[in-house]
Amino acid sequence: MTLFLARRAAQAVVVMLLVSLIVFVLLHLLPGGTARAVLGPRASAAQLRSFDHEYGLDKPILEQFGIWLSQLLHGNLGYSYKLNQSVASLIAEKLPKTLVLNLLALVVSVVVAIPIGVGQAVRRNSVFDYSATFLGFVFYSTPVFFLSLMLVLWFSLDLGWFPAQAPQASTVSGILAEPSGLVLPVASLVLLQVSLFTRYLRSAVLDNLVQDYVRTAYAKGASRTRVVYRHVLRNSLIPMVTILGLSLPILLAGSLVTEQVFNYPGMGLLFYQEAVVADYPTLLGITLVVGIATVVGNLLADVGYALLDPRVRYA
Amino acid sequence: MTTRPWSGGAEPEPDGPGLAGTPDVVGRPGPVPEGGAAHGPRRGALRRLVDVFVQNRLAVIGLGLVVLFLLFCFVGPLVYHTDQVSSNLAVSNEPPSAQHPLGTDSTGYDELGRLMYGGQASLEVGIAAALLASLVGTVYGAVAGYVGGVVDGALMRLVDGLLAVPALFVLLVLSTMFSPGVGIMVLLIASFSWLGAARLIRGESLALRVREYVQAVRAMGGGSTRAILRHIAPNAVGTVVVFATFTVADSILTLSFLGYLGLGVQPPQTDWGGMLSSATNYINSGYWWQLYPPGAAIVLVAIAFNFLGDALRDAFEVRLQSR
Repeated sequence: MTLFLARRAAQAVVVMLLVSLIVFVLLHLLPGGTARAVLGPRASAAQLRSFDHEYGLDKPILEQFGIWLSQLLHGNLGYSYKLNQSVASLIAEKLPKTLVLNLLALVVSVVVAIPIGVGQAVRRNSVFDYSATFLGFVFYSTPVFFLSLMLVLWFSLDLGWFPAQAPQASTVSGILAEPSGLVLPVASLVLLQVSLFTRYLRSAVLDNLVQDYVRTAYAKGASRTRVVYRHVLRNSLIPMVTILGLSLPILLAGSLVTEQVFNYPGMGLLFYQEAVVADYPTLLGITLVVGIATVVGNLLADVGYALLDPRVRYA
Repeated sequence: MTTRPWSGGAEPEPDGPGLAGTPDVVGRPGPVPEGGAAHGPRRGALRRLVDVFVQNRLAVIGLGLVVLFLLFCFVGPLVYHTDQVSSNLAVSNEPPSAQHPLGTDSTGYDELGRLMYGGQASLEVGIAAALLASLVGTVYGAVAGYVGGVVDGALMRLVDGLLAVPALFVLLVLSTMFSPGVGIMVLLIASFSWLGAARLIRGESLALRVREYVQAVRAMGGGSTRAILRHIAPNAVGTVVVFATFTVADSILTLSFLGYLGLGVQPPQTDWGGMLSSATNYINSGYWWQLYPPGAAIVLVAIAFNFLGDALRDAFEVRLQSR
């Protein structure tokens, strides 16, 4: 078990290094470059060169990567020339807000998905099953931004139930103090996630319903509700751990869109704003944070699965 | 979905020709799977394909929608002539009328014509990106799985690394750099979506390379290239087709997202996402005819390809992990 964890963690570290190398090289190969973006279109070639030299941008790219990486390990993510602030402090300011939004969405998604997925499996091929499957397809095929727009249009502009803009408070607690502003952003993420979760849960429950232990439970006189919710659901939630871990990148990508539509002051909105003005250090930092979150999500999914399911062999 | 009766596992996967490398096999030399294998499995695959459409109503709906949209976007403009080049501000933001069945947009383009025109970009990019991604991913995955060992390890670690790179974030940055036309957009989107295919096909390739008919090829002196292109890739056809179908839906959604942020194909060209983007400027004005048609078009096309992919997966019984 320990060996499995160590090997899996080592793999994750290697992939993280690869991710940072890929992201770094990608963003440094872009035309224009930092000097042009900072100094503006009228800077002379000499000015560009001296800027590049001052910030070490004229060194070979692998050497630059080495310097950047060692800085990174010291907690220095670089400096945003556009916002005049260190990238680490920018992310520290925005990341908690994005996490709050995503965690809320994740929790609500699971709570909503469980009864739907279980109901679909128990009453499979019923009208309920087919309509849920169909709706799942619809939401899965709807771009998040369009879904968000519809939510704003119907529930904010037409019905006036919720504000069209997310809370603008500067602290996490300030954002949570305005729950009505969070309803629509969270709903847009939830609708996307629920369609995924129910599909997995449905097939997991179906797989479990035909197992021997279900027959045993019925044989000893357990009620249907008890069998489904005490025995089958517990076992069906094990694969959900994997899906939760893997859904992290989907959520973060979704929140890139959602934050933009609802003007939610998180990392996604910051990314969009800085992408338009070519603020590379900030873009690099955020991309890296999301990439590492993805790797960590995968790792947690694997480890969680191994911990919960004793049948998994730690090979 | 394991519950549909027609997806029963009784029918064995076609293993290709029993004696591999028979010279009478007529097939294109490329790794494109259709027609690459011998007659036996091709007929089997074809029959199963027909069965899917006979028995699965969702597949029929999906296929119907795809055909409908292809006709609408590519044949439609031949029947319904509109000016999509010069703007006419005198007729901007007009509600639907006899002259403009879906009204006009903010620059006076006819919205129905615009829908066809924008749909061309969306469909072209979606389909081309999916094909490119499937092709690259198939070859990459087949080579990794076939060669195995250190090469496989290195190739797949690269895929792992790229998979963890948040594609949407990087695409957003890339499309602010280039002012993308359709061609660049295809390249950008495909550059991230081939990874899934590489993983899936590598798995298939690992399983297929130890089969007798592949070993027979090698015993008879066939090279690795021949084994990969003529025997491994064609037998992974089911996986590839399913992947490609789902990827069309994903690519169209990705393009629409970039278009919505104003970073998709650039004016005067447009795509459905770009149309939605300009419609949102007037979201308070109640110009519903600018908002709902492109939105519905994106959703319907994506649903259509997802239906198709789902039905095809049932037919080929491919185990896709991510869906």
